[in-house]
Amino acid sequence: MDFLRPASWEEALAAKAEHPTAVPIAGGTDVMVEINFDHRRPEYLLDLNRIGDLYEWEAVEGSVRLGASVPYARIMEHLRTELPGLALASHTVASPQIRNRGGVGGNLGTASPAGDAHPALLAAGAEVEAESVRGTRLIPIDDFYTGVKRNALAPDELIRAVRVHKADGPQQYSKVGTRNAMVIAVCAFGLALHPETRTVRTGIGSAAPTPVRARTAEDFLSAALDEGGWWDNGKVITPSVVKQFADLCAAACNPIDDVRGTAGYRRHAVGVLARRTLTWTWDSYRGTAQQKGMVA
Amino acid sequence: MRVNFTVNGRPQEADDVWEGESLLYVLRERLGLPGSKNACEQGECGSCTVRLDGVPVCSCLVAAGQVEGREVVTVEGLADQARQRARGDARGTSLDEAKALAAGGQESPAGEGTGAFPHAALSPVQQAFIDAGAVQCGFCTPGLLVAADEMLERNPSPTDADIREALSGNLCRCTGYEKIMDAVRLAAARQGEGV
Amino acid sequence: MPSDSAPLGTPSKVTQGSPGSPAQGGIGESTLRPDGTLKVTGEFAYSSDLWHEDMLWGQILRSTVAHAEIVSIDTGEALAQPGVHAVMTYDDLPTEVRNYGLEVQDTPVLAHGKVRHHGEPVAIVAADHPETARRAAAKIKVEYRELPVITDEASATAPGAVLVHENRADHHIGHVPHPNILHRQPIIRGDADEAARRAAVIVKGEYHFGMQDQAFLGPESGLAVPEEDGGVHLYIATQWLHSDLRQIAPVLGLPENKVRMTLAGVGGAFGGREDLSMQIHACLLALRTGRPVKIVYNRFESFFGHVHRHPARLYYEHGATSEGKLTHVKCRIVLDGGAYASASPAVVGNASSLGIGPYAVDDVDIEAIALYTNNPPCGAMRGFGAVQACFAYEAQMDKVARRLGMDPVAFRKLNAMEQGTVMPTGQPVDSPAPVAELLRRVEAMPLPPERQWESSEGVDVRQLPGGLSNTSHGEGVVRGVGYAVGIKNVGFSEGFDDYSTARVRMEVVGGEPVAVVHTAMAEVGQGGVTVHAQIARTELGVARVTIHPADTRVGSAGSTSASRQTYVTGGAVKNSCELVREKVLDLGRRRFGTHHPAWAAAELLLEGGKVVTDGGEVLADLVDVLGDEAVEVEAEWRHRPTEPFDPRTGQGNGHVQYSFAAHRAVVEVDTELGLVKVIELACAQDVGKALNPLSVVGQIQGGTAQGLGIAVMEEIIVDPKTAKVRNPSFTDYLIPTILDTPTIPVDVLELADDHAPYGLRGVGEAPTLSSTPAVLAAIRDATGLELNRTPVRPEHLTGTA
Repeated sequence: MDFLRPASWEEALAAKAEHPTAVPIAGGTDVMVEINFDHRRPEYLLDLNRIGDLYEWEAVEGSVRLGASVPYARIMEHLRTELPGLALASHTVASPQIRNRGGVGGNLGTASPAGDAHPALLAAGAEVEAESVRGTRLIPIDDFYTGVKRNALAPDELIRAVRVHKADGPQQYSKVGTRNAMVIAVCAFGLALHPETRTVRTGIGSAAPTPVRARTAEDFLSAALDEGGWWDNGKVITPSVVKQFADLCAAACNPIDDVRGTAGYRRHAVGVLARRTLTWTWDSYRGTAQQKGMVA
Repeated sequence: MRVNFTVNGRPQEADDVWEGESLLYVLRERLGLPGSKNACEQGECGSCTVRLDGVPVCSCLVAAGQVEGREVVTVEGLADQARQRARGDARGTSLDEAKALAAGGQESPAGEGTGAFPHAALSPVQQAFIDAGAVQCGFCTPGLLVAADEMLERNPSPTDADIREALSGNLCRCTGYEKIMDAVRLAAARQGEGV
Repeated sequence: MPSDSAPLGTPSKVTQGSPGSPAQGGIGESTLRPDGTLKVTGEFAYSSDLWHEDMLWGQILRSTVAHAEIVSIDTGEALAQPGVHAVMTYDDLPTEVRNYGLEVQDTPVLAHGKVRHHGEPVAIVAADHPETARRAAAKIKVEYRELPVITDEASATAPGAVLVHENRADHHIGHVPHPNILHRQPIIRGDADEAARRAAVIVKGEYHFGMQDQAFLGPESGLAVPEEDGGVHLYIATQWLHSDLRQIAPVLGLPENKVRMTLAGVGGAFGGREDLSMQIHACLLALRTGRPVKIVYNRFESFFGHVHRHPARLYYEHGATSEGKLTHVKCRIVLDGGAYASASPAVVGNASSLGIGPYAVDDVDIEAIALYTNNPPCGAMRGFGAVQACFAYEAQMDKVARRLGMDPVAFRKLNAMEQGTVMPTGQPVDSPAPVAELLRRVEAMPLPPERQWESSEGVDVRQLPGGLSNTSHGEGVVRGVGYAVGIKNVGFSEGFDDYSTARVRMEVVGGEPVAVVHTAMAEVGQGGVTVHAQIARTELGVARVTIHPADTRVGSAGSTSASRQTYVTGGAVKNSCELVREKVLDLGRRRFGTHHPAWAAAELLLEGGKVVTDGGEVLADLVDVLGDEAVEVEAEWRHRPTEPFDPRTGQGNGHVQYSFAAHRAVVEVDTELGLVKVIELACAQDVGKALNPLSVVGQIQGGTAQGLGIAVMEEIIVDPKTAKVRNPSFTDYLIPTILDTPTIPVDVLELADDHAPYGLRGVGEAPTLSSTPAVLAAIRDATGLELNRTPVRPEHLTGTA
């Protein structure tokens, strides 16, 4: 095993180009577990800790460009306004110690369906900024997850950042685990209202081979909100609409039975989370809208 | 490979480090600092918690090569760090700190502490863990102490919910956590009184 | 080359009590741990912290399948690796003794021709770095021919079932109905069928208890150092040094005096260190290589490295009159012992003899069995057979009460046993049994306020089911309250010669009288060392007590299990102190007897460093009495003998003492998501006499939390088709975090047991019994569901299992 310690992003890209099998390690919260438990013996470890750029975020035209290694602890502390869904998701990650080390880049690189950030990124509508010595490309989050623990990165690419639209409406995130802290998701659900485009987006974790959106549910709800004039009148969404949205979210799951939970439970729980998060976000939207005098 | 870093204020060099080794292994097996514990090596139990550039992390999940040039504080350095913190404090040196400094940081004979006369070489949170009965087998204790000490530095008067959240990454199998809660409350109260 | 130097981390004596201070810190006070300072500074050396110049690292290769013949093992490639010093298999074992076991020696040191469970040790490696050892172990080629797996009672006793152990010759084979049943204990008293006719209601239930792991945090580990005389010194975390020694020495082909054992720091035990883990392997490698060998399991291996709590199926029938008096109980308890015997026979004895709980019932028909299967071996864990039964009989008590329309606590109190009640074994309870009083006390505690998650700043999700995962802001949350009470025996039962040994020495050091207490008791966190120092102060009137490290240079202390150490080794320390006191007084009489008539006449005590009369008159300073002499006594001490249970009727005075605890659980259940938050677990327990109240409460709270774990999250999941463990990690075997554990108010009752030292009662296990059924009862109260298995998972609460 070789340990590569690039001092700059350019050096890191060069190293990855030279050694495409090199495993990037930043927070170490996935890679080191695999090494400690003898599940993995990569030829090269590519340490990203010395690359300061990865630990910073900046505002870019209505989006946040979030460095891949910004620890979850900082996201939940500093980006609650801009990225509320991701901030909530960050707070559910493992433990304080893990949140101090892990960042979104690790979740994306590992691409486990149980990664906590995925549903929030899907719901907010993110782009993954992948870079190699060949150049930079922005991969829409919808195209990023390609299979169980597989993603759209080329072997020579590294994740530089994610670009996430600043929230234009309420966002929520819920995760089910069988413990009240420090738990891997049995399933998770992210929901973002986008009043500017009058759309809603969702993200589901741990309930399919990859993180997924519940597109049928999104389309249904967007149409229902339009039809009812609810974006404008700010009325309470009728229970039947909420229920159908929840049912469609549950139907978007393609879960398995495993030691963490049954497929049936996951489908059921995603439905409950969809219903609750819709209620919370819509209540919040109505509250904000009323304050702004937008609602009749 | 060779790794140079600072542990508890002292420069350290570890040689012939295997690239897959964790910071925890280097501390325990190469630097003779076994205070950080190896209970799960998967970031679930917090027994190996150390501060890396001031931030609590699981040292089992930090690759040894990643600490090059960085600063680590382990349970073995907690008392020193508490003394430094107290020295840097505008209030000046408290009586106990002065005693501890006068003792040159040497261990007094192992024995029971009391609230009135804390063991001079212990930090307030260490003393509180002894006094409150928060130590049974003690295997989780070093990690809990590092985590609790850092929380009290950030949040000197935590609510119970704050304490529970801050310590939710540290498993204890012996105590049922009640005495640990008592210990952290006690340390916060003593800190508040300037003891 | 053999080394005589001690490894880094060798335990040293710890002295507690400042010179010149008054002799406080006797029994009944909450003195602090003598090892506390070492433990908070990180200096306390656990078995995984030991280090020796030139030491090698041992690694175990374990079976990847549960049941198979071993066709071949090829170690050639592993041995050829640079840095590898030894590879050993069954064929390399030095003597004909190649099995070990606590009671039945059925466990191969290394697999011989066959593996019987997933993770069984097959080969061992010593190398100069743990990674080298791991890589070498991975290069050992083992060819398996898989056999069908026995996984439950049906497959174990099916016609033509494969036998887990062929040609059994143990002493249980004569009274079991099938060779795949390790042990069977019936207990018959009165006539349950006849009594059933008097019942107004009869309630039947079938229950399932999951496999729990001790999950001590300090992994199995130790260091074996070869010695000049051809022997070996093993520094080890264990629960019973001498039991280990008896099993280790014959396999090594060494006399017991050439296997020296020193207790290294123990990171928790809870029963999981009663059996051997890496002890023999480390010694074998050390003797083979002539180098010190350290073995440290990681968490994955730890799940295979020790026995677990028996999963159980329990079938119960309770009857009661319309007034609420129990008429009879029938039950059948099937414990899965897994592949090897471990402590299963004794667990069967407990499950059966305590199978109806702390209730007075004259007509009972009980049967408990332990199976041999290809599941992971099960054995000792805190509560030891009584835990599984308590879960079931307390569920039954709630069901009967509901059928009768009675309050569940009132129904329990009506049937509660008391001093004088006769157990199903025919043994009368001859010390206080305040079962009704404990229930009354937990019921009387104030309830925690409702809706604690609401604050002026909105919802605090940390106070809700789901916690930080933000699953509910109050939606679907229903509160429930449940009660349970349990009974646990204290000490080793069924005629076992349960004794301990203490060596106590008194001498003057630095102008102060000092007592040195030396036992082989395994301090595993319970605070035995604290109590020993307190006893020595009380009995010998000294301030300073030195606790000598535990080792095999002193006689056996018995196991740190069965809630017995304060009773038995505490009793031994007290006894040896009393003998030392007599010798000291003899010395005083010889030296000063002529100075004062009271030396001859009065009852003399040692107090505050002085010899005093019972009237308080000071006769001499201990410093003067002792002079340059050291007074030392090593003596064995045993509790009252017990008897075996009759193999057909289960009658016999099998237990020496009982321990009782009651719990009230308050839970909040998110009924839509099936998530549970335990809000409070109040406990009342009779401890006879609290030698150290702080430690007693700590034990009760810790035991309570372990009971909470098996109620709502902890379970080793074994695939029923392959008998392989599916969740051997702390990622998927979940134990409660500080956010899962509620406040645990404790009400300690002290009703002396006159047969026990100071009237004390063993404390450690009872709270683990009643905690689980109390939580289950509370969840049933919140949800209205029947819930016949534990742990309860969200699936069970949402109909999606």
